[in-house]
Amino acid sequence: MAKRSLQKTLEKNVFLLAVGTLLAISVGGIVEVAPLFYLDSTIEEVEGVRPYSPLELMGREIYIREGCYVCHSQQIRSLRDEVERYGHYSLAAESMYDRPFQWGSKRTGPDLARVGGRYSDEWHVLHMRDPRSVVPESVMPAYSWMETTPLDYNMVSKYLETLATLGDPYSDEAILMAFKDLEAQVDPDHEGVDALMARYPKAVVRNFDANSEEITELDALIAYLQMLGTLVDFNTYNNENDFR
Amino acid sequence: MSEDKRPERDDHTGVETTGHEWDGIKELNNPLPRWWVWSWLVSIVWSIGYWVVMPSWPLLTSYLEGTENYSSRQAVLEEVAAIKERRIQFGGKMLHISYDEIREDDTLYDFATRGGKSAFGLHCAQCHGLGATGAEGIANLNDDDWIWGGSEDEIEATIRYGVRSDHLDTHYSEMPAFTPDVMLSPEEISATANYVLSFTNLGEYSELGENTFADQCSFCHGESGEGMREVGAPKLNDAIWLYGGTLELVTQQIASPRHGVMPQWENRLDEMTIKQLTLYVHSLGGGE
Repeated sequence: MAKRSLQKTLEKNVFLLAVGTLLAISVGGIVEVAPLFYLDSTIEEVEGVRPYSPLELMGREIYIREGCYVCHSQQIRSLRDEVERYGHYSLAAESMYDRPFQWGSKRTGPDLARVGGRYSDEWHVLHMRDPRSVVPESVMPAYSWMETTPLDYNMVSKYLETLATLGDPYSDEAILMAFKDLEAQVDPDHEGVDALMARYPKAVVRNFDANSEEITELDALIAYLQMLGTLVDFNTYNNENDFR
Repeated sequence: MSEDKRPERDDHTGVETTGHEWDGIKELNNPLPRWWVWSWLVSIVWSIGYWVVMPSWPLLTSYLEGTENYSSRQAVLEEVAAIKERRIQFGGKMLHISYDEIREDDTLYDFATRGGKSAFGLHCAQCHGLGATGAEGIANLNDDDWIWGGSEDEIEATIRYGVRSDHLDTHYSEMPAFTPDVMLSPEEISATANYVLSFTNLGEYSELGENTFADQCSFCHGESGEGMREVGAPKLNDAIWLYGGTLELVTQQIASPRHGVMPQWENRLDEMTIKQLTLYVHSLGGGE
């Protein structure tokens, strides 16, 4: 009857019950999640992935704020239909600077992991203003206020600083220049464009929403969308190193 | 309570109880169905075999790779390669022959345009529309009006390189902005817009308009507004308009022109898909 008395002891002692419960529910996490933090094979070593530029980062914040992840995933799984439709399957390395990641789990709209460069900026402007104007069958809500709402980027340096504390490789200079880098990315004639490009290779520098009066939330969002999935050059990437 | 007795049997159902009691409520201890218990045991045995064959447990420095060396990434690449191989078996001939020769082979041409239609729905319809009718600022592909040319080779180049895209060979043109009071007076702009519309009898002809057009516009758009594809200057003497054909919109386009962008597709689509798309777009009605 020793078994029964163990059960009785655990059930009647709140402290032991809590410890026992904790042990039982952490088994899954210890076996399945914890190893991802120390195994070398978790994140592939690829060239090109860099932290987000300040403008892209603010765009990402808007993406999260508006809950885009509720309908759009950012993960091309290794399934033929997805690879043929969206492009190369996503690598873990491609979201290594995402805090939190935007893989999503619901696909009401298309996957956005490689939407960068797929549409023109103007298309994005029209699409955010009224999605039905370009895709009649779309069920996406309109986000028309973004093009008239100035982007609030006062805190962008602090934001980079926080991410640097968490381990993202933003240099002190990048943090110091965040404000200027953000403004340079919407103005191809800005004096800071070269420095921006040196810090964030492949960054797209354009006046994204065609409104040169002010930097709007739409500028930031389009800058973010236009770089998604473009950092790794899959013409030179060797798949075989990262077969899992 | 009595201790250490055989479990109590419930009178009503004849099933043993668990022996627990809460405020007079007792719980029946129905055994699990046999088939369920056996399936469960078999699945445990199966899982042990699975660990040996397939990638499974994480270890200290790596993970158990399994004897099959299975990789879902490798599997999908092989699957995609296999389907491409099958497509090439069927339509690979089109990669090596001219568009005219493809057209002579009915089966091949059918394969190409159907594949093109499917690829169009996937990659092009978001902007050009499912029926390729275009939208404001996005070209209609059904009509005879081609900004960058409507032959197969020209269509292929546009698909491949895009318009004002990041491809080195992209089509590029930039109409200067005739800013009011800086480049032209508002009267000149208005007269020119009217003159442009008078090609299709929708605007008022004036000498000022004609002269301004001849001085400023005809170099690219042609003396009678016939356009020039080499520089991507659209035809102005028909009723097809990219940014709208009202006086207001034409005036706007003169004063501060909009320049549409089409992305390059060479980096996303394979050779056969590009050929198929070309033939499909060409077949829509306006092909030259």
